Amino acid sequence: MASNSDSVSDTQRSLYPYVTGTSVVALKYKNGILMAADMGGSYGSTLRYKSIDRLKPIGKHSLLGASGEISDFQEILRYLDELILYDNMWDDGNSLGPKEVHNYLTRVMYNRRNKFNPLWNALVLGGVKNGQKYLGMVNMIGINFEDNHVATGLGNHLARPILRDEWHENLTFEEGVKLLEKCMRVLLYRDRSAVNKIQISKITEEGATLFSPFSLKTCWEFSAFKNPTVGAEGSW
Amino acid sequence: MDQKMDFNAPHSMGTTIIGVTYNGGVVLGADSRTSTGVYVANRASDKITQLTDNVYVCRSGSAADSQVVSDYVRYFLHQHTIQLGQPATVKVAANLVRLLSYNNKNFLETGLIVGGWDKYEGGQIYGVPLGGTIVQQPFAIGEMEDEILKNHCSIEHCFPGSGSSYLYGFFDQAWKEGMTKDEAEDLVKKAVSLAIARDGASGGVVRTVIINSEGVTRNFYPGDQLPLWHEELEPQNSLLDILGAPEPMNI
Repeated sequence: MASNSDSVSDTQRSLYPYVTGTSVVALKYKNGILMAADMGGSYGSTLRYKSIDRLKPIGKHSLLGASGEISDFQEILRYLDELILYDNMWDDGNSLGPKEVHNYLTRVMYNRRNKFNPLWNALVLGGVKNGQKYLGMVNMIGINFEDNHVATGLGNHLARPILRDEWHENLTFEEGVKLLEKCMRVLLYRDRSAVNKIQISKITEEGATLFSPFSLKTCWEFSAFKNPTVGAEGSW
Repeated sequence: MDQKMDFNAPHSMGTTIIGVTYNGGVVLGADSRTSTGVYVANRASDKITQLTDNVYVCRSGSAADSQVVSDYVRYFLHQHTIQLGQPATVKVAANLVRLLSYNNKNFLETGLIVGGWDKYEGGQIYGVPLGGTIVQQPFAIGEMEDEILKNHCSIEHCFPGSGSSYLYGFFDQAWKEGMTKDEAEDLVKKAVSLAIARDGASGGVVRTVIINSEGVTRNFYPGDQLPLWHEELEPQNSLLDILGAPEPMNI
């Protein structure tokens, strides 16, 4: 088993993920941030776990969504727990906002990457503090940026084009949710690691709300689907 | 055609392991086959190991890795229990397992299911698969997924697929909330025996461990006490017992 790794220098080198979560999609709307992810934890090609929480509130002002290795995400939650605890212990009336948490995560991810021992995740960090909305992303190699809408994994290819077309400033809550659901439905059709159990959460100045998981209806009633090989038997 | 028997190949428990919660406790179940390459090194192993009086763990994957992890956890839990002055909780035991699995993820090849009963949360099952994720579930099945293994280790000693993959469909259909102790044990027995029927890496006997407020019960079900599945025949002592008349002559 040790045949592929160095003998002495090799303290910890994460080379591949085991239990993984798929895309996270998020957007800014009128009152804050809306974020969506499914509850799946894949183990290779098996859809092994179907109730994994991939969206978590951080402190009073932020929401974290994670894709990638779940054990690394659980470890990141522990780091953030400690960060928020120490922040609270100052008891100075101040609290870490989304910009600060995003910065902290970026430093953690980039430094691990430099040691060739990455936390195998792509993270979405959104929040509101003092009326200012913030939405950012950071991944396992330390790439980080902020934008009006972000996605991880396959969401970058499938969801972001939809968001680029249909997102606009000051979306209402209902419009935001419908837009996220449109993206999640496409991911359900086209991402083989997707699981039909979706969590949406929002964060506003008042705080974070995690809505209960739900399933999306899908449409298969196309005449072309019923007889796809008519006129060309043997094709698909 | 003859495969070289590599007796120095690491002992791997191809394995089927299951943990199920019921109304009042948990039932853990496992097969009993440990293989070294294609050879069955131990056909009656005990994969359900005690961590404390009220918490047990089902081991799968590398025999050595799972044994050493459970030894360390048992040692730490023992000290923790002395310091705490009361039995350790299942959550603490599971998190100790997770710590070792996660912090040594590049070296270990073991998937574990921790199950037990404590007075605060009752019966609980925690899955700790490869990589050190911890997931609490109403039931858990453990395996070594082929694709994950392909990345993780060299070809000589890996097992293509193993028992529990066969059980996802079965559990999706047969599992229900709030079973009684007997229903839960029957489910586990049936499931392990189904996996043994189809998985070459699983075999031998079915062992179950039931943990609840009253204590721990170990059960043992050899092959002849399990139901027969598709294309399996009733075992006989000899062909001669089946044949009615004496052997007819060829003229």
